[in-house]
Amino acid sequence: MYNFEFSKPSTIADAVTALGQEEAQALGGGQTLLPTMKQRLAQMSTLVSLNGIAEMKGVCTNDAGEICIGGATTHATVAKETADSYPGLAGLASRIGDPAVRNRGTIGGSLANNDPSACYPAAALGSGATIVTNAREIAADEYFQGMFATALDDGEIITEVRFPVPEASNYQKFVQPASRFALVGVFVAKFADGVRVAVTGAGSDGVFRWTEAEEALSSDFSKGAVEGLSVPSQDMISDLHGSAEYRAHLVKVMTGRAVAAAS
Amino acid sequence: MPKDSGIGASSKRREDVRFLTGQGRYTDDINLHGQAYVHFLRSDVAHGVLKNVDTSEAAAMPGVVRIFTGADFEGVGGVPCGWQVTDRHGQPMQEPAHPILAQGKVRYVGDAIAAVVAETPQQARDAAEAIVVDIDELPAVIDMKAALADGATKVHDDLTSNLCYDWGFVEENKGAVDEAFANAAHVTTLELVNNRLSPNPMEPRVAVGDYATGTDESTLYTTSQNPHVIRLLMGAFVLGIPEHKLRVVAPDVGGGFGSKIFHYVEEAFVTFAAKQCRRPVKWTSSRSEAFITDAHGRDHVTKIELALDADNNFAAIRTETYANMGAYLSTFAPSVPTWLHGTLMAGNYKTPLIYVNVKAVFTNTVPVDAYRGAGRPEATFQLERVIDKAARELGVDPIELRRQNFVKEFPYATPVAVEYDTGDYEGTMTKLLDMIDRDGFEARRAKSAENGKLRGLGVNCYIEACGIAPSALVGQLGARAGLYESATVRVNATGGLVVMTGSHSHGQGHETSFAQVVADMIGLDENMVEIVHGDTANTPMGMGTYGSRSLAVGGSAMVRATEKIIAKAKKIAAHLMEASEGDIELKDGQFSVAGTDKSVAWGDVTLAAYVPHNYPLDEIEPGLEETAFYDPNNFTYPAGAYACEVEVDPDTGKVTICSFAAADDFGNVVNPMIVEGQVHGGLAQGIGQALLENVSYDENGQLLSASYMDYCMPRADDLPFYKVDHSSATPCTHNPLGVKGCGEAGAIGSPPSVVNAVVDALQRAGHTHVTHIDMPLTPSRVWAAMQN
Repeated sequence: MYNFEFSKPSTIADAVTALGQEEAQALGGGQTLLPTMKQRLAQMSTLVSLNGIAEMKGVCTNDAGEICIGGATTHATVAKETADSYPGLAGLASRIGDPAVRNRGTIGGSLANNDPSACYPAAALGSGATIVTNAREIAADEYFQGMFATALDDGEIITEVRFPVPEASNYQKFVQPASRFALVGVFVAKFADGVRVAVTGAGSDGVFRWTEAEEALSSDFSKGAVEGLSVPSQDMISDLHGSAEYRAHLVKVMTGRAVAAAS
Repeated sequence: MPKDSGIGASSKRREDVRFLTGQGRYTDDINLHGQAYVHFLRSDVAHGVLKNVDTSEAAAMPGVVRIFTGADFEGVGGVPCGWQVTDRHGQPMQEPAHPILAQGKVRYVGDAIAAVVAETPQQARDAAEAIVVDIDELPAVIDMKAALADGATKVHDDLTSNLCYDWGFVEENKGAVDEAFANAAHVTTLELVNNRLSPNPMEPRVAVGDYATGTDESTLYTTSQNPHVIRLLMGAFVLGIPEHKLRVVAPDVGGGFGSKIFHYVEEAFVTFAAKQCRRPVKWTSSRSEAFITDAHGRDHVTKIELALDADNNFAAIRTETYANMGAYLSTFAPSVPTWLHGTLMAGNYKTPLIYVNVKAVFTNTVPVDAYRGAGRPEATFQLERVIDKAARELGVDPIELRRQNFVKEFPYATPVAVEYDTGDYEGTMTKLLDMIDRDGFEARRAKSAENGKLRGLGVNCYIEACGIAPSALVGQLGARAGLYESATVRVNATGGLVVMTGSHSHGQGHETSFAQVVADMIGLDENMVEIVHGDTANTPMGMGTYGSRSLAVGGSAMVRATEKIIAKAKKIAAHLMEASEGDIELKDGQFSVAGTDKSVAWGDVTLAAYVPHNYPLDEIEPGLEETAFYDPNNFTYPAGAYACEVEVDPDTGKVTICSFAAADDFGNVVNPMIVEGQVHGGLAQGIGQALLENVSYDENGQLLSASYMDYCMPRADDLPFYKVDHSSATPCTHNPLGVKGCGEAGAIGSPPSVVNAVVDALQRAGHTHVTHIDMPLTPSRVWAAMQN
């Protein structure tokens, strides 16, 4: 790790100011950033922790019935607080990493990093969530822009994520054996006006919607509806843990399982 | 009734008190006054000519004490290899130099180019980043067969090729073996890979060098399984320090699995640099560094053929193996694919003719050496896989095919140069079948099928050679060391004992089980006995702990030394009781005169030895301390039968182990609880190899599996609750304890049963084209096998 200055503001406004400095970097739960820094793969002048900002923590429901989660809320808190209101989301949050990860890692940190194998991007895209920042509101469909790439500008902070609550939902994760990140993770959400299917871990451009399955499931929300479909493998990740063909196959299997398990 | 103390008792591990309460003292806990820290600048390319190393900017950085490069070691020896293999044509293996820091070339990602000694670890690392290295990159040699092709780039320019040796065993039998294949009723052929593994002990390697100017003495504190071997190799071959001026200490060591046997360049560096800098120098490996510098294990590519006669008797075995040595020869690397592998190719079976060919190959990868089992897992895996395949081809029961070919009479001389002293393979197989409810398998399979899962059962046997080794024999085979063991038993005046052993405990529980043996021999409470190990300054010369040898060889030395103690104590007791020495009996710590009620306690005798007022000084010396060296006259041959049941998810290829049973013959057992723990750990590593672990390089020699994000270690939820049993035992006939060794069995015996089970599951489900899947059987590999 290289030396750096550390700042822990208590308001969003102070955090934005701190991040305006040259080579400043926001710190959420540090589950990706700190290991990267320890390996000297990241170097910044100032690390701005978002963990002291009370208004960015916690879970509530707004007048529109959306579940609103503060950007600095840990996975463990989300798992606990949404267990009744949004079990599909709670189930996803409760299986991210291990207890240590879940008690440090934050939803804002995960979405800002947009790791192609992370779980939360599937929930946000699959739910059609709104990413709220200090500056604006961004629809999930506009937010994810490829591996580790998002619509966020430099210094922009995810202050809240708003999830519409579907009638039924489920997340199925097939883990990469070593890291236990998603080799393929599929989030299925059934809304009154249609079904959304979001896939993480598999796509070479990061999280994506499987629109063909969405159409099929919107008219017939059953496992059988996706059995006749196939996922093209040319846009899939291929690495030592699985070929593109294997990932494409798993997308279908996990989608079917998520539909069967959706509640 | 289980015993509650002594030999056979499950005494709780006394060392765990300090380990579990954070009181262990590991090498990284050692911090010496004035200590500096070294950071190694390592090559990030696999192969290249080292044109220039510019340290000028780095040398001026804050806190830098001194920067070393290969040029500083030109007058210093390289790290030696401890075993010379002779090839098929009677020629010695090709043996490259292995400098402490790279000279002229870098040969793998991780090869040390320069070393910065600085006031703090941070400063050393900062300065290392400021060193400017100019490397002309060369093509990396990664694939073994490509490495042997004509015109392949040479890893070592001064060698004739990348072939270390081409070994044939037994070369004289080759013609007869070929003839047996020509006349065979059936031949089964299998090509397979024994996957490369990273050892990953919980404690990474650490070394601290110290030099005392006043006495000209060097001390190395290091994470080693064999401090005396390090002292010998480093002192005699690298740094030229006589052993009386060199002390090597291996304190508590957090696991080794073979990877801490070897003499590494970092050990020699800190010892050398401490003298050069006139201050202690410490190196602590990071986990990332461990992946690219700790010797890897396995990495064989093999073709095995099994010839059977018309009655399904094994007629001959023929194998061809490519064994990866990596970029340099690690300490015992050449012996692993040869003498620890070829000699076990008979397995538990009476196959009259065997020929083993091994081509050892240099590549631009981390050196490969012994890893838990070392050669024997590779032999067991190919043999037990080809037998399963043969049974399927012949339409016979794989267990019955094994039984039919078991060695049943002992001693049994194999055609591959070893003689099994004792065993009962039918006994362990029968025990195994009692444990696994084979008759209930069909019902369990049907139940799995209801849940959409494919169930399979895999069974295999194994044998290993432990208790390494008769020195005269291994000397003929190329070992450059003896493989005896030693012990000094010191009895104190008040009766307590200190046993100083050349063996080293790094997780095996010697401090408990060794004490059980000595206490049992005299009839004392185990707590009267303390075991001392790990410091060349206060233990007799020993060859260390590996190859499941410590109880069989080190324990035998301890028995011999204790016998000397008892013999002398009896002389003293006879004097004290004015009786004839021949009438003295020792029981429960009391000496008595046979046929009388006369007795003296152990403590009276030991006190007399050190306060010799009433003592036969004209016959024996005062004091009670004896040393014994023990050189075994054969290997020991633990053996057993293992069974694994798996479920395969046909949609994803994921394998789940439903049950695992191990029936082992370890001979006599000193501490059943510790033995079970050793088997559990071995099974975890074997199952890890079978399902999860794999070192993977890309074609440029970059290590892809360089962290736990990509190298998959087994975790608790990957493993089943094991059924283990060691009651079907045939005591070793040639060591005084009748013990065989248990440390490696689980890792040797388990991979084939896992793979046999998965292939069985797929075959039963109609995937009849799947006759083998290479380890690790990851979901993606199993799924891919089902598709073709």
